[in-house]
Amino acid sequence: MQGTRSLIRIGAPALLLAVAVACGDDAPDGPPPGTPAEMPFDEGTAGDVQGSVVFEGTPPSPEPLDMASEPDCAAMYDETPTRDLIKVSGDGQLGDVFVYVSEGLEDMQFPIPEEGTVIDQQGCRYIPHITGVMANQTFVLRNSDGLLHNINARPEVNRPFNISQPVNMDTERTFAQPEVMIPLRCDVHGWMISYVGVVAHPYHSVSGDDGSFDLSTLPPGEYVVTAWHSQLGTQEQTVTVETGEVAEIAFTFDEGMLAHADVPMADPIDPHDHHHPLDVRARRLAQDGHGTHEHGGHVAGPMGPR
Amino acid sequence: MRVHTAMTTLALAAVFVAWPAGAQDGDLARGQEVYDRWCASCHGFDGAGEGPAAAYMLPRPRDFTGGLYQIRTTTGGELPTDDDILHVIDEGMPGTTMPGWQDQLSRADRRALVAYLKSFYPGFETFGAPEPVSIGRAGRASEDRLAEGRMFYDSIECWQCHGGLGRGDGSSGPTLEDDWGYPIRAADLTQNWRFSGGGSVEDIYRRILTGMDGTPMPAHADLIDAGFMDEEQLWSVAHYVRSLSPERVPRVREVVRVERREPGEVPSTVHDERWEDVDSFYIPLVAQIIIEPRWFDPSVNTVWVQGIHDGEELALRLSWSDRTRSPDPEWSDFQARVIDVMEPKEGDPVEPGPLPDGITLQFPTNIPDGTERPYFLMGDSRNPVYLWQWRSDQEGVEAATAQGMREIQPLSGRTIDVDAHWEDGLWQVVLRAPFTAEDPRNEVEFEVGRPIPIAFYAWDGDHGEEGTRGSIGSWYFIHLEEETPAAVYVAPLVAGLFTVGLGLFVIARAQRRERLSSEANGHEEVSTTTTA
Repeated sequence: MQGTRSLIRIGAPALLLAVAVACGDDAPDGPPPGTPAEMPFDEGTAGDVQGSVVFEGTPPSPEPLDMASEPDCAAMYDETPTRDLIKVSGDGQLGDVFVYVSEGLEDMQFPIPEEGTVIDQQGCRYIPHITGVMANQTFVLRNSDGLLHNINARPEVNRPFNISQPVNMDTERTFAQPEVMIPLRCDVHGWMISYVGVVAHPYHSVSGDDGSFDLSTLPPGEYVVTAWHSQLGTQEQTVTVETGEVAEIAFTFDEGMLAHADVPMADPIDPHDHHHPLDVRARRLAQDGHGTHEHGGHVAGPMGPR
Repeated sequence: MRVHTAMTTLALAAVFVAWPAGAQDGDLARGQEVYDRWCASCHGFDGAGEGPAAAYMLPRPRDFTGGLYQIRTTTGGELPTDDDILHVIDEGMPGTTMPGWQDQLSRADRRALVAYLKSFYPGFETFGAPEPVSIGRAGRASEDRLAEGRMFYDSIECWQCHGGLGRGDGSSGPTLEDDWGYPIRAADLTQNWRFSGGGSVEDIYRRILTGMDGTPMPAHADLIDAGFMDEEQLWSVAHYVRSLSPERVPRVREVVRVERREPGEVPSTVHDERWEDVDSFYIPLVAQIIIEPRWFDPSVNTVWVQGIHDGEELALRLSWSDRTRSPDPEWSDFQARVIDVMEPKEGDPVEPGPLPDGITLQFPTNIPDGTERPYFLMGDSRNPVYLWQWRSDQEGVEAATAQGMREIQPLSGRTIDVDAHWEDGLWQVVLRAPFTAEDPRNEVEFEVGRPIPIAFYAWDGDHGEEGTRGSIGSWYFIHLEEETPAAVYVAPLVAGLFTVGLGLFVIARAQRRERLSSEANGHEEVSTTTTA
C-alpha cells in the first residue's frame, strides 16, 4: 500500500496541477462555473458502446469476513459473510469492473446529473462496492445500519474527507476533480472498503453480475475505454463509435493478473524522478544546479537521528 | 560574485517557478534553508515524510506532499490556514516526536517555513485554505454538561476506538491505521497533555468537529448539519473528554510519599478502599534507547504510584494505561505491524508472538548514604540493584538482583504479595512486602524516614515490547512517613507556655520599674492608677 501510495503521491500533484490549469480556480465544493446545462453535441448523431467482462481461470475462494467485533452486523447474516473481491458468476462473467472512457472526450463538457448516486452501508458492507460519478456530481453516503461507521475517503488528487455517521443518516459529498479510483474505508470496521471512480463525463459504467457494461449515447469518434478492477488491474481498448451503431467490446481478465501485489489506483510514477516537468520543486532545484541527493550531508539538528 | 549570481538565480527561479500566494520575498529560499537544516532529517528533503530518522518514529513524520494536515481550524478535509501550520511548528505535537520550535527559530524563519511547506503540495494554490470555522464559546463544565457529554460520547460511539473510559482501548483498535498504512493508536483521553493538537476544551472541540486528516479520526460537523446534535451538545462532549484528564498537567515530584497507617492497615488488593484517599504520584516513562536492541515507540508512558506502610510492611499500588491485556490474540496482527515498521531492528530478529505486559520496580541493594545511585538501567557490577518483576502471564512477583539489563539473577527472599487487575485499558498492580529482608545481602531493607531510590520499567506485550524494548524511567525516591513522635505534639505546647510565661514576666518587670520610678518622683496617683 505504502509503496504504491507514495508512487501515486508524486504523480497526483502533477495531475492536479494540470487539471487546475485546465479548470481554473474551481472551489472544490461549489457548483463548477461554466458547466453546460445541455449536452455538447446532437444526441441524434450518437452511437453506443456495449460489452462484457469475463474472468478466465479459477477465481480465489471468497474470504470469510469476521464481524465478531460488531455483533449487530454479524447477526444480519444467516451464513458467514464473505469478502467477494473477485465477483465471478456463470461462465466467468466478472462484476464490479469500472469501465469508462479514458480518452477522446477532453474537448467536451457535459451536464452533471442531479440525481444522487447512493453509496449505502448495509450489514457493515458498502453497497455498491464500486461507484462511478462525474466530477462535482453530488452523491449520497447513507448509513442504513444505524451503528457507527466513519467514511474515510483517501483520494490522491481530490481533497479527502473523513466523516462520522453514528446513526441512520445521509451525508452528501462531491469530488471536484476526475480521479480513478478513490478508496473509501471504514476505520471502525477494517474490512469495509469501497471505490469511487470520478470522471469528467457521464460515460462510465460498472459491470454487473452478468459482466455487462453499457456506455451509450456517445458522440461519434474514436475513444480509449479503460476497465479497472480492484484486484486485477486495468486494461484499455480503442473503440470507434458511429452514429446509430453499437460497438461491441469485451475485456478479459485472468487469474495470472492476481499477482498484483497491491490495489492499482493510477499509473505508477517513479518517485525518484524529480525531473517530472510539473514537479515544481524539482524544477527549482534543477535550475539551481542541485539535485536532492546533494543534501544528504546536511542531516543534523537538535532532533536528528538518535 | 559567482555566489551572488547563483543566489540571484535561485531567487529568480523561486519567483518564477513556484510562488504560493502570500509568500514574501525570499521566503521560499529561506524556508528551504531552515527546512533542510532542521526538518528534513525526519520529514525528508522531498517533504514526503521519509527522512532518515522517520523509521524510528510512530506515528511517522507527516508527508507534506499530499496536503493532509491533522491540526486545523478549517473544516474536515480542507487545507489548513498559514496560522494553523505555524501553530504546529510553534507548539509541536505533544505525544509524538514533533517538538515545538517557537524558542528555537525566529518568527521570520518559522513564517518562511510555512511558505516552504506549502510548496510541497500544489493544492494550496488550486484549492486554497478556507476561513477558519467559528466555534463559539466553551461555556462551563457543569455536572449536567458532563453527563450530557458522556451520553453523546456513548451515542456517537467514541468508545469504538477510544474505549469505554477513554483509554484508547476500543474494539476497533487492532485494525486502525493512518492514511499511509502505518498502525496508529486511538488517543488515550486520560492524558490530555499528550494530545497532539493541544489539551484544552477548545482544542478538543475542534478535533471532534473537524477531524484529524490522515488519521481514522473523523469530522463530526455533519452530525450538527443533520440535526442529530447541536453545537452545545458537541461542546458537552468536549467538556466530558476534557474531564477524563487531570485538571492540570501532572507535575513530576521526585519523592513518592508512602503514607503511614495503623499497624495491620496496609492494603493488599487493587480495589481496597483505603487507596482512595492516598496521594497519587506521576512517573513519566520514556523509550529505552540506550542499550541494544533499542525501542523507540514505547507504549506505556506514565505510571501513577501510591504507597501505604505501617512500620513493618509497605504496599505500592501502580496504575497505568495499557490498551490491551497482553497477550490478546485480537491484537496479534497489530503487534506484527508495529514490529514490522519500527526501526532499528537490532539484535536477534524479533518474531511477532504472544508477549505479556510487565512492570519492574528497581531498588538499590543498599540504600545509599549520599546522592550516588546505581546505574539506572538495572545497575552494574559495582552497584547491583534489587528488582520486583511482575508479568501479566505469571502468578506472583519474581524478585531478582541485577548487574545490568542482561545480568538478572532470580532471588528467593522476602514474600511479596501481589494483586493485579486489568479493566478498560487500565492496569493496576498492588505489591506488598515486609520491610525486613530475608536475604539482606541482596534485598533492600526498607526504612522509615530515609529516601529510598526507586525506578520503574514497563512493557506492553501486544506492542511488541520485551527485554530491552520497553519504557524506562529515571530514579525517584519513596519516602516512608515516620511515626509522629510524642515530642512533635509536646514541643509546641512547651514552647507556647514558655512564650506566654516570658511575656508575662517582661510585662511584670516593666510595670514594677515604672512603679518604682513614679514613687521616686512623687507621682502617687499615677502609680495607683497603674496598679489598680
